[in-house]
Amino acid sequence: MPTTAPAALAFADVTASDGALRRFLHGLPGVDAVGLEARAASLGTRSIKTTAKAYAIDLAISMIDLTTLEGADTPGKVRALAAKAVNPDPTDRTTPKTAAVCVYPDMVATAKAAVAGSGVKVASVATAFPAGRAALPVKLADTADAIAAGADEIDMVIDRGAFLAGRYMEVYEQIAAIKAECGDRARLKVIFETGELSTYDNIRRASWLGMMAGADFIKTSTGKVAVNATPANTLLMLEAVRDFRAQTGVQIGVKPAGGIRNTKEAIKFLVLVNETVGEDWLDNHWFRFGASSLLNDLLMQRQKLATGRYSGPDYVTVD
Amino acid sequence: MASAFEYAPAPESRSVVDIAPSYGLFIDGEFVDAADGKVFKTVSPSTEEVLSEVARAGAEDVDRAVKAARKAFEKWSALPGSERAKYLFRIARIIQERSRELAVLETLDNGKPIRETRDADLPLVAAHFFYYAGWADKLDHAGHGANPRPLGVAGQVIPWNFPLLMLAWKIAPALATGNTVVLKPAETTPLSALFFADVCRQAGLPKGVVNILPGYGEAGAALVAHPDVNKVAFTGSTAVGKQIARTVAGTHKKVTLELGGKGANIVFDDAPIDQAVEGIVNGIFFNQGQVCCAGSRLLVQESIQDELLDSLKRRLSTLRLGDPLDKNTDIGAINSSEQLARITSLVDQGEAEGAERWTAACELPSAGYWFAPTLFTNVTQAHRIARDEIFGPVLSVLSFRTPDEAVAKANNSQYGLSAGIWSEKGSRILAVANKLRAGVVWANTFNKFDPTSPFGGYKESGFGREGGRHGLEAYLDV
Repeated sequence: MPTTAPAALAFADVTASDGALRRFLHGLPGVDAVGLEARAASLGTRSIKTTAKAYAIDLAISMIDLTTLEGADTPGKVRALAAKAVNPDPTDRTTPKTAAVCVYPDMVATAKAAVAGSGVKVASVATAFPAGRAALPVKLADTADAIAAGADEIDMVIDRGAFLAGRYMEVYEQIAAIKAECGDRARLKVIFETGELSTYDNIRRASWLGMMAGADFIKTSTGKVAVNATPANTLLMLEAVRDFRAQTGVQIGVKPAGGIRNTKEAIKFLVLVNETVGEDWLDNHWFRFGASSLLNDLLMQRQKLATGRYSGPDYVTVD
Repeated sequence: MASAFEYAPAPESRSVVDIAPSYGLFIDGEFVDAADGKVFKTVSPSTEEVLSEVARAGAEDVDRAVKAARKAFEKWSALPGSERAKYLFRIARIIQERSRELAVLETLDNGKPIRETRDADLPLVAAHFFYYAGWADKLDHAGHGANPRPLGVAGQVIPWNFPLLMLAWKIAPALATGNTVVLKPAETTPLSALFFADVCRQAGLPKGVVNILPGYGEAGAALVAHPDVNKVAFTGSTAVGKQIARTVAGTHKKVTLELGGKGANIVFDDAPIDQAVEGIVNGIFFNQGQVCCAGSRLLVQESIQDELLDSLKRRLSTLRLGDPLDKNTDIGAINSSEQLARITSLVDQGEAEGAERWTAACELPSAGYWFAPTLFTNVTQAHRIARDEIFGPVLSVLSFRTPDEAVAKANNSQYGLSAGIWSEKGSRILAVANKLRAGVVWANTFNKFDPTSPFGGYKESGFGREGGRHGLEAYLDV
């Protein structure tokens, strides 16, 4: 059943040994932190108004992986979340649906039933989320469980300990194994937990490692650490998927997650996408926001744009 | 790059600033007509619309202004530094408070994008006044002994590329050290200097300390030649700089010249490529390349040339050219039809000499002066576009094989104002920087300015330093 992604074939020599993989990753061009952050900040000054804003808000809503990942999650909570994903604004049925709901594996069946027939996908975190501290068989079982329950997408975490210790091959093989488990049944998002990788050089290396190992999406973070998605780390990952497609012809998605709470910030991310990789990625098949509170702010801004009035938080649903 | 995500127009309102239908010369604290009654029109280079009619200074007006400055000098220079500082701090704060007006005005009169006037020019202008306000009562510690004395009347001639910022570079250190000034802005961009005259009045600056004479070259020549001027400061072209040097030769006048450049931006094969591309863009397309320290020569290591050029062209295709008042515009208008003609002529020569031209596909507005971002490959040291300052959005790309060759090519220029180095290897940056004959060397960045840092050139890029502690020396009798 394991399928070998076309990209993996292109990098067969790079991934032939631990040494070759290390040399490749360390041979990627460096990242100048000041320059990267300056570019992200400069794109953040774009002024998105009227029709462009309306387009961006609808696009952003359609790109949300509406997420609940709490120890306290219950079937009721998950059903409420799923209802919101399918019908975000009860006062306006033209509002786009979100891309997916994102839950823990044991909630997948509940979520799947709740979104049935709507086109909204169910994503599930797996592989001992969020720490990733478990043996590979446990991670594979976690993944298999979620897929069996009907998950369309798997959000796995990488083993940051192995990455930071320089055991890149181990990380590569784990991603490849989870990818094989997903097969054609689920798209695989690979979470790097950029806040723990800490340096931009590491984020670029992790991006290439993930893409070569078969990720369908590369994703910034779990939302469980201090630093999550930032314009700079997302810009860096967009550059990685752009360069990867130029080299291999394979397009990979990007998902910033955690910390994106309002419309203004979300639009800044869409500007990054637009001016770094272009419209090929301006679609929820290729770009997602991992978020929960963002949706209500988008809905309030959408209402304001449509009616000219700002109605306030009592006019969007609290779930 | 056409996209489903089209940005709707987001223009800054031009009604935030009042532009009078006519302006006088600012002499001895009053706006007055030129002695011979002459006027000239200033236009917006993005639309060719006439913005205002401005009095045109002649030799007689220069004499009046120098006399006013001389008269004001005695009291101004006798003020304690701490008192002069109060005026400068006040000016700096007023500039901050009125920065939106000034940004719109500068964009209208100069043609540069509001993004730049708002985020670069105006913050730097205010910072420059704040910085030199801080020096006014600390001149004993500037390295020139106790109680250094000012020179007297400073005659200052500034260019049109950063009208208000160049004014700040000239006026702030002059006033901090106790000099009085007569300043001539460029004929295509007089409005922000005249606005500044109003700021001086608002700040209660004593009459005659700052005099502003809008006009053409003949007013500048008269100012430089005036016998009662003690100090000449000029920023502009090397040709005019040479004339000024001849005029002041043999006189007692102290002079600083900040002239042309042909900055080399050196990209080594271990550079952070994505950030280098941004630095190259910022180096040559900031202010439409009308920057004396622009990185107009790209020296790229041959082993990464193709890859870098692909990235660069892709990036240039995303630049947004158009209405300078639109907050999303990256590339504005060329300042004047004369400058556009000069750029066009040099670009034509580049093609005629066999360099390969690439121009970003973008639609140019029908009115106004515009030039699309352009780069030349297959350029050698022998091409004119590798040697002459184009002063426009045109990049000449040359390659090198070794660090020594990069340094030799970078230094092989009549100019020596700026240079950039892109490498992830610190030791290489330091070694190369030490060998470059350029007044400012940027490492892994370009066109970064700060009032604390001295700025100036080697060779035909001029002499003297502006900015920082070094900038005080030009206005002190030391």
